[in-house]
Amino acid sequence: MRQSLTIIILAALLALLAVACLLYGSVDIPAQAVLDVVMGNSSGNVAWDIIVGQSRIPMIATAALAGAALSVSGLLLQTTFNNPLAGPSILGVSTGAGLGVAIVMLATGGTVSTLLGTTAGSYIATLLGALVGAALVLVILIAFAAIVKSNTMLLIVGILISYLASSVISLLNSVANEEGIHSYVTWGFGNFSGVSADQMPIYVIIIVMALVATTFMIKPLNALLLGTRYAENLGVNTHRTRNILLLITGVLTAVVTAFCGPIGFLGLVVPHVARFMTATSNHARLIPATILAGADVALLCTLISVNGAHGIIPINAITPIIGVPIIIYIIVNRKRINYFN
Amino acid sequence: MAYFETHQLTVGYTQGKRTVKVLSDLNLSLERGHLVALLGQNGAGKSTLIRALTCAAKPLEGTITIAGQNLQELTQRERSRLIAIVSTDRISAGALTVTELVALGRQPHTGFLGRLSDEDHERVAQAIKDVGIDHKATSYMAQLSDGERQKAMIARALAQATPIIVLDEPTAFLDVASRIETMQLLHSLAHDHQKAVLLSSHDVSQSLLMADDLWLITRDREVLTGSTKHIIDSGAMQHIFTSKNVEFNPQLLDFQYVRP
Repeated sequence: MRQSLTIIILAALLALLAVACLLYGSVDIPAQAVLDVVMGNSSGNVAWDIIVGQSRIPMIATAALAGAALSVSGLLLQTTFNNPLAGPSILGVSTGAGLGVAIVMLATGGTVSTLLGTTAGSYIATLLGALVGAALVLVILIAFAAIVKSNTMLLIVGILISYLASSVISLLNSVANEEGIHSYVTWGFGNFSGVSADQMPIYVIIIVMALVATTFMIKPLNALLLGTRYAENLGVNTHRTRNILLLITGVLTAVVTAFCGPIGFLGLVVPHVARFMTATSNHARLIPATILAGADVALLCTLISVNGAHGIIPINAITPIIGVPIIIYIIVNRKRINYFN
Repeated sequence: MAYFETHQLTVGYTQGKRTVKVLSDLNLSLERGHLVALLGQNGAGKSTLIRALTCAAKPLEGTITIAGQNLQELTQRERSRLIAIVSTDRISAGALTVTELVALGRQPHTGFLGRLSDEDHERVAQAIKDVGIDHKATSYMAQLSDGERQKAMIARALAQATPIIVLDEPTAFLDVASRIETMQLLHSLAHDHQKAVLLSSHDVSQSLLMADDLWLITRDREVLTGSTKHIIDSGAMQHIFTSKNVEFNPQLLDFQYVRP
């Protein structure tokens, strides 16, 4: 009951936030004009048509999917590593993807640049670079997870990987030209308006496919709540399951990171928000709640970001302000919160 | 031929390139309808043996059979319908209700998506009732006492509907009342549900009271087997501990201190 209600509330909130993102932005556009464009007509003002049709609508889709993707990544990492503080950014998966992007850019264009400045053909290569980078970090994490049994140690390994990848990225930057560095720095701020119309289909298709794949993993995910030994006793092939889960995580994180930059905190925080609201760790409820809550939080960040007094506020300046208090609340109250026990 | 058997089984572990044999050439057997207690001092190899018997680790040598089938040759899913485990592993299921947790036991019997049929729901409810915590069916796992939590884990194993249940120190973290209740429950699972139940334990007196048979790991790493009465009468209990300062007292059914 509470769980169904939560999902309905999160869905309603998603619709509300999407409408708010359509109506409010750095340019004031009357609601009637926005409605005209959404309905497929012209508002009579070419600039408004372009802003709503080619900026706001793609940005809403990008943000909602990015939020859902990163949050589901976080949930899968938390269950796979049995670690409530796991997430794609803290474990270095995002940075790994970022390193992949940087390397591909250097190899193909001679400059460390980003998707923002690339032609339609080369973003596939960038995407692959992000995938390989994310996968590499996940493989390193699996190896360390077998050696270090402690959850905290694995997080520290993840943070160290992040530092290492960041340092390599900086070294690559040192041989890049000014323009490349500028666009790379901009990319690092996090941005939901970087997916162009011709890139949108691949962005949407990959994320939706990975999210659908996640819903097929509900059964083994729930078994994994009991740890690998119980899961195996229940007939789950834990090695294969973990590889599939980490592959999904890698794809989701890589796609979002390649297109939107390394967005922090969402992946770590949103699964906790979802657990808190649904009051369950049953993935049958948790996955839809995480997808919706992730989209909600990302749209909220977008709404704040586009309404700055002096232009766009970087997404990565907003996510910690939402994320850190939630994480601290969870750490302080972990004894009282059911799912930690 | 016994239902659950080991044939010249050697268990142990590998440390780098070195193989450490913990228990060698075991020919053990377990029948349905019997409760067997595995006793031995710390480090004797109880957990190593249990890990091998439940396929959590490969045997170094020898085979394990269930109704004549080699356990190693079965698929994981086939094994999941034959042996259910209750371990001391920490679980992160605090935010699952008792019913949701016990329902996980039905996974070997459900389809790809894990959807529960009416029969699955009935079996889950019955398992919760059988262990006597039906008044807690909708409580969260985190809200249960240690004893209730262990009963929920046993209900989960029961819902798995396997002929064999293996428990690694099921009473380790329980108070005396919960220990007695848990042992009584396991006894009734063996006798009333015709399960083959194997448990390892440090609780000597409760094990001797409740178990039909004993597997006794001596300080010399031999495994002595037999009916509980036979083992007690044979004086084999004296061979468990290395310490010279403890002695088995058959009247107490427990060990006591002796002045050296």
